[in-house]
Amino acid sequence: MNSRIGYVAFNTFREAVRDRVLYNLIAFAVLLSGAAVLVGEISIDIERLVVVNLGLTAVSLFGVVIAIFMGIGLVSKEIEKRTLYTVLSRPLRRWEFVVGKFFGLTGTLIVNTLFMAIGVFLALLYVAHKFSPADLWVLVALYFIVLEFLIVCALALFFSSFSTPVMSALFTFALFVIGSLAEDLRGFAQLTLGAAGALATGIAYVVPNFSALNIINEAAHGDPVPGRLILYNTAYALLYSAMTISGAVLIFQRRNLK
Amino acid sequence: MRPAKRVNVAAAVVLAISLAGAVKMLFAIERVQLRPEAQQALYIRSPKVLRRLSLGYTGLLADIYWTRAVQYFGAQHHRGSGDYRLLAPLLRVATELDPHLLPPYQFGANFLGPQPPNGAGLPGDALALLKYGIRYNPDQWRLYYNLGFLYYTEFKDYAKAAETFERGAQLPVTNKFMPVLAARMAQHAGEFDTARMLWYTTYQSTKEAAIRENAVAHLRALQVDEEVTRLEEVVEKYRQQTGHLPASMGDLERAGFIHGTPVDPTGHAYKLMPSGRIEVDDPQRILFITKGLSPGMASPVPKPVSGPDTK
Repeated sequence: MNSRIGYVAFNTFREAVRDRVLYNLIAFAVLLSGAAVLVGEISIDIERLVVVNLGLTAVSLFGVVIAIFMGIGLVSKEIEKRTLYTVLSRPLRRWEFVVGKFFGLTGTLIVNTLFMAIGVFLALLYVAHKFSPADLWVLVALYFIVLEFLIVCALALFFSSFSTPVMSALFTFALFVIGSLAEDLRGFAQLTLGAAGALATGIAYVVPNFSALNIINEAAHGDPVPGRLILYNTAYALLYSAMTISGAVLIFQRRNLK
Repeated sequence: MRPAKRVNVAAAVVLAISLAGAVKMLFAIERVQLRPEAQQALYIRSPKVLRRLSLGYTGLLADIYWTRAVQYFGAQHHRGSGDYRLLAPLLRVATELDPHLLPPYQFGANFLGPQPPNGAGLPGDALALLKYGIRYNPDQWRLYYNLGFLYYTEFKDYAKAAETFERGAQLPVTNKFMPVLAARMAQHAGEFDTARMLWYTTYQSTKEAAIRENAVAHLRALQVDEEVTRLEEVVEKYRQQTGHLPASMGDLERAGFIHGTPVDPTGHAYKLMPSGRIEVDDPQRILFITKGLSPGMASPVPKPVSGPDTK
């Protein structure tokens, strides 16, 4: 990685830590340990399911919220504080600034997810007293969640490159909801005929597909995940993020910052 | 080329290649199925829980669940899978979220009641659905009509059908056929006329093309069943008069029992078999007929279409 991009990325990460973003880990720890202890008391034989379902859902939702609310402010905050002018007056290109911000934000989320993953596995150990081969799929599900974050970060950054923070948050959240229902959307598109069908199919394939990245239910039941899916989802997330960041770069290059 | 322009071109190229690659990956992902049945799961079956989760937007959620029920029934019917286990729960959720949403009762009962492949073969669930609908919408004659129809077609319970049509007939806003249907059920006679009137009322009371087509197909089948019955009675009369069976339709015509060659609704002449039975020329062209078939042949029903998603 270009050292200038690395510098922007590191500073973005440092700023996130300074903004106490990682404090969400406390809430996560309380939620998960509470669930692990409580479910054993009030239910029968679903402790592991609850820990996996609740743990992975929390990792996903906490991360998406962080990605959206940090991502939308990455550009606008720099403009508001007028620090962007200082940054861009140095030998740093605009595209390097955008890409560096993206890596900084995803880095923050990866570190955050790493801590949460440790929490999930500790809770699993608490309820099952040992690890099992099925726990490997929990790891795969966590990996898919990280891929999900890559796309959400890229989207938030894309919208923040030309819109206000509030509108960027709305757009990103709306695309997250639509993308989570992508399979239903494609199902409806298949059942629609004519021009409306072609339009619906086009939209269904262009919006981000978060549903394929959500295997929380399968991981909870210990269902194996085909290696091909891991490969395809990885390629998909990287390509979709690259596409969105390219769009952000194109817009930011032309943006009048005066 | 200026550095800024170079960046723009590079970004545009990356964007185009990534978009194409992402769509290609999506096609590949679609081919990897984890658990097919997981796609058809109904995660929340409790209308009470859904009511809370909907934050008060129960009407919209009921619409969504009714749409899901339609899509589910359509997809299962299209595949010819015969597995409709989620249909009743989907309809129950939709109607409990919004008890005044009428389509799930009217059409849902049509999905649930008939035996596969025309329906889910769950007349008990259809009955429960319509009774629930009437409890919350006691002034809707269509629900009484649907319930009476269900008693008549699936349960052959003429007394209950008569009572239901009678209750529907007494509503301030009703259909002119309701009292007639009630009377016919009570008499338990005139099977063809009654069935014709039921299907005619179905045809009249809906704008849905699929339901109307189904009603037309049943009306056509009733016509064939009635004509075959009548022609076989004529053959029997001929045999009683002459002591032998007619060799052809011409014999019946010459003896003055019929005028011209009788044809079915598709324009093909009815066939007189050596045993004296009447058969239609091509049974597959006339759905739902119960008469005029070769011995042992089942009543023809619409064939499920195997879609590309059928595995």
